[in-house]
Amino acid sequence: MTQQLAQASIAQVVVPKGGIRHEIRAALVVWNREMIRFRRDLTRVISAVVQPLLFLFVLGGGLSSLVAAGTGGVDFKTFLFPGVLSMSVLFTAAFAGISMVWDREFGFLREMLVAPVSTAAILTGKCLGGASVATIQSVVVIALAGLVGVPYDPLMIAELLVLLFIMSFMITALGLVLASRVKQVQSAMPLVQMIITPLMFLSGALFPLSRLPGWLTIVTHLNPMTYAVEPVRAAVFDRLNMPAEARAILDPGIWWGSYQVPVPLQVGLVVVASLLLLLLSVKLFNRTE
Amino acid sequence: MESSLPGGGADAAVEVHGLVKTFKSVEAVRGIDLLVRTGETFGFLGPNGAGKSTTIKILCTLADATSGSAKVAGFDVATERDAVRRSIGLVFQEPTLDGYLTAEQNLQFHGELYGVDKTTARQRRKEVLDMVGLYDRKDDLVQTFSGGMRRRLEIARGLLHSPKVLFLDEPTIGLDPQTRASIWQYIGELHKREEITVFVTTHYMDEAENCDRIAIIDQGKIVALDTPANLKAGIGEDRVQIATADDKAAIAALKDKFGLEAKMVEGLVTFSVAEGAAFVPQLFERLDIAIKSVAVTRPTLDDVFLNFTGTSLRDAEQKGSFNAMAARFRGR
Repeated sequence: MTQQLAQASIAQVVVPKGGIRHEIRAALVVWNREMIRFRRDLTRVISAVVQPLLFLFVLGGGLSSLVAAGTGGVDFKTFLFPGVLSMSVLFTAAFAGISMVWDREFGFLREMLVAPVSTAAILTGKCLGGASVATIQSVVVIALAGLVGVPYDPLMIAELLVLLFIMSFMITALGLVLASRVKQVQSAMPLVQMIITPLMFLSGALFPLSRLPGWLTIVTHLNPMTYAVEPVRAAVFDRLNMPAEARAILDPGIWWGSYQVPVPLQVGLVVVASLLLLLLSVKLFNRTE
Repeated sequence: MESSLPGGGADAAVEVHGLVKTFKSVEAVRGIDLLVRTGETFGFLGPNGAGKSTTIKILCTLADATSGSAKVAGFDVATERDAVRRSIGLVFQEPTLDGYLTAEQNLQFHGELYGVDKTTARQRRKEVLDMVGLYDRKDDLVQTFSGGMRRRLEIARGLLHSPKVLFLDEPTIGLDPQTRASIWQYIGELHKREEITVFVTTHYMDEAENCDRIAIIDQGKIVALDTPANLKAGIGEDRVQIATADDKAAIAALKDKFGLEAKMVEGLVTFSVAEGAAFVPQLFERLDIAIKSVAVTRPTLDDVFLNFTGTSLRDAEQKGSFNAMAARFRGR
């Protein structure tokens, strides 16, 4: 019966001729897919949140007595908070980007790439998805702010969410660049570890960069994560009652020679890096598939 | 074989001229000319590694031709990529569904990617799911589906945006015979419902019988192109095998009474006639020797393939298997 019904009224579909609205729809549906999969996969959410919490409370708690002398009276866990926040989005976002390797393995990448839309639209959707998922996860960490002496300032939380979104957009794009080169599922995760771990250690997320040996300074200044983490730290530290000396030790800022890079410029650099990585991934996916 | 093509024109769903594709030193496709008429089911038959998948990839704008030209639904595959993509539906050999989404979500995703307007898309989703008998499973995750159900869903998805040409690349590979049959049933019913041309590749001879016309491709070239019936008629008559009480007398009687040359093959009296099934009643009537069993075999496309390529499909398969693997890796 249903078959006859269908026969009687074949909906003739007219596929529209491209255009920016079509591209946006395509990007949004790719984004939506990431959100659907995120909702279905609670294990991923939990496991992604556990690691930053270990860093904050176990590593931070263990080290706080050791380093107490050097932090100007500020709890080491408080210092660590913005770094752990960044870390929590870092891995989730990188995974969202590299998940394209699985999409390729299970064929879904092909379904996306043969559609009459641009690769840019699809990859933008993927980045928006990775950024959204990572930012939503970071809320769990933000919720713990009170436990490490950070106030629940609504404006600060809003700032943090925006900054973390931009940061994770960039990292998802980086993940996409990697995914375009990796054809084997088995090598995807080790590669993420290999790239993301140094990015994290050299970003100032876990300790002030001013303490590093000079030759590493060049590396940290080339690391885009440095410019993504520092605004997060500034947003948190601005809300703390911190002696000026302590702030100078814990948050020395980013210096190009004698020029202190202002926070808005840092955010700008991250946005530019995101777009460059996205463009690169579009180029690589267009070439390889 | 139709080697000289007419001008093409509005009647052609797929039009290919002198198509060549070279991978480094390997010539995968070595000059193909093809004309698929609007509304027909066109079969592309050949062993793995013969160039089927490469050709289909070029027609679907997934690969560039080294030389030659191709038009699908009137659009050039090289210069009008998006127009071609809007006009075609694709079902690949390899699965391309997201197992973490439900059947309906997979279709929704497709509709959005192809820019189908939301109201039509909803109606259309129901139609295509009904057509492949999956409407009641629409809210289940695709990862819970069997291989056959997934393939049906892929076909439904390929039809969602009402394509003018549906490409099916080995749609039944890896499926059990029953599911294979049901897939072909859907393909057959398609023409009743939609104005659509179906371009299907297969290396199963029995499946090619379902096509209006077939092209046999071997080592990158088309070696035959016609209706299955014509192709089979072109290579000869039916084969009749009988077991009798006295084989020697039977052979003599066949020669005397029917003028047929019979010989012993596999322990049976074997001979060829034009219409085997129609001949059998006469045989019983006039051959005065007791017949214990009769078998009539029509020439199969296997015989056709053997005739045109000098090798059976299975042998070609084995020889070509290394190349096929290489082709898969290249395709990635």
